[in-house]
Amino acid sequence: MNERNSEDLRIQKTAARADGPVQTSQRKNAETAAGTASAASPAPIKLELSGVQKSFGSRRRPLPVIGGVSLQVREGEFVSLIGPSGSGKSTLFHLIGGLLQPDSGEIRLDGRVINGERGHIGYMPQQPALFPWRTIEENVVLDREVNGIPRRDTLDEARRWMERAGLSGFERAYPHTLSGGMQQRAAFVRALLSPHELMCLDEPFSALDAFTRSEMQTWLLDIWEETRRSVLFVTHHIEEALLLSDTVYVLSGRPSSVLRRIEVPFPRPRREEIAETPEFLALRRELTGLMKEEQRKSRAENGGRAARG
Amino acid sequence: MSFRTTLTRWFRSAWPPFVAVLFFLALWEAAVRFFGVESWILPSPGVIAQEASRSADSLWMHTLSTLRLTLIGFVVGSAVGLLVACLLHLLPLLKSALYPLLILSQNVPTIALAPLLMIWFGFGLLPKIIVITLVCFFPVAVSAMDGFAQTDRTMLNYMRMIGAKRIQIFRKLEFPHALPSLFSGLRIAATYSVMGAVIAEWIGAQKGIGYYMILQKSAFRTDRIFAAIAIIVALSLLLFLLVTLVERLVVRGGRRGGHKEGGDPR
Repeated sequence: MNERNSEDLRIQKTAARADGPVQTSQRKNAETAAGTASAASPAPIKLELSGVQKSFGSRRRPLPVIGGVSLQVREGEFVSLIGPSGSGKSTLFHLIGGLLQPDSGEIRLDGRVINGERGHIGYMPQQPALFPWRTIEENVVLDREVNGIPRRDTLDEARRWMERAGLSGFERAYPHTLSGGMQQRAAFVRALLSPHELMCLDEPFSALDAFTRSEMQTWLLDIWEETRRSVLFVTHHIEEALLLSDTVYVLSGRPSSVLRRIEVPFPRPRREEIAETPEFLALRRELTGLMKEEQRKSRAENGGRAARG
Repeated sequence: MSFRTTLTRWFRSAWPPFVAVLFFLALWEAAVRFFGVESWILPSPGVIAQEASRSADSLWMHTLSTLRLTLIGFVVGSAVGLLVACLLHLLPLLKSALYPLLILSQNVPTIALAPLLMIWFGFGLLPKIIVITLVCFFPVAVSAMDGFAQTDRTMLNYMRMIGAKRIQIFRKLEFPHALPSLFSGLRIAATYSVMGAVIAEWIGAQKGIGYYMILQKSAFRTDRIFAAIAIIVALSLLLFLLVTLVERLVVRGGRRGGHKEGGDPR
């Protein structure tokens, strides 16, 4: 299993990425993040997982889900995790969020070990999970409220971001009156307003229809390039990962480990049109092949286990 | 939804049962007249209405007394129920110890306890409030606990992921999430509390609709007993509507499932 872990695909980092105009941004860290990205020395590491393992089940018959995952998210970097279904991506998030304690390995945030500690990340779940009894603006400030920042200190900024998210006019509306895409945008703004720099997005667009999804991808690309937050993004949509990310980690089936790390070479700011370039298509083809292979393997393995068990 | 459409919708759903009641009363009136039933066995609705208006003053005095008792008992009983629900929810060990006992306790008929309470606490307000509390608290406690337990998993997961503390999860998520469920318990408790008040007054009181009924029973004033029953029904309805009104004001947003159920393509 270890051979496939360490195989590291390094794609020549094109100089073009650094040429992308650094946009002015409201976030103080954005400037530095973008600045260091263009310089030779890489940005400091925001989140680092080293050799994280997690098993479920009883002590006698443990079911290993995460089998030694190591990865990094630099400051201001957009990192995607893709993997076949059942590769424990959500478990990985629960480990980072501190809901679960890893069996071994370390999770570091800004160099400090945060194993099993909660309250260090912003989060956007698969379902928008907006509270139906709160208006959109009350929902959007929830993360800050939980972190002890009074609502009135946040509302102005919240309204600004809601405008950017195409939610103006809906500040006082209740979530059930909004479309699925708008609810997801509100959930994203809620994560964006989190006082924690690192944002974890757990397959945020998986419940949307194809058209809304691609619309949301473009929107997220714009907003992110403006804010340059550190993002860890889980998806099983290869194109989405390539379009949005600086770095893509491909996870294996259960027990999951990092199969491959890919630095996505396209310059920023990106447009959807890069999806038609030969480079993009080649990368996509390669990743699709890898994922198919992995899906097949894990199915065969699970089938075998079921037959044995 | 404007006030006007609410009204028309209400009217549309209200008229069939209203007509049914009118029809039933007419049938009753006709049957009593046709068969010549004596009025001490079954008075006709007309006779009951006449008698009610004749003794309106004393009925009103007794009604006010019962209403006061009911409201005090309802508020105390619901508060106790809600408090118990919150405590048991926040202390899971306590819940696993006491919840089965709570269910079992409902096999003891509260009415049977009423005489005991009179012996222990006399004929004042306190034993009556205890009777109503005993009747009210169970539906409130159970519905609130159900509401807490059925908190949306994805919302709960979200709150944990952003590092919300236990008490924050309770205050910001579980409690508001349980409100619709709590209110359905309160509606049941509201009608129960009227019943509890009347029973308490049967057993020992100097005024109130329950006391009035006992008095009229010994005088074979069937018409007055019917008037008292009508008042009890009206009181129940009034409290029920009051709770529904408060619910409208308190529970905000779309009821249940604020997020759309999206199919996960996995």
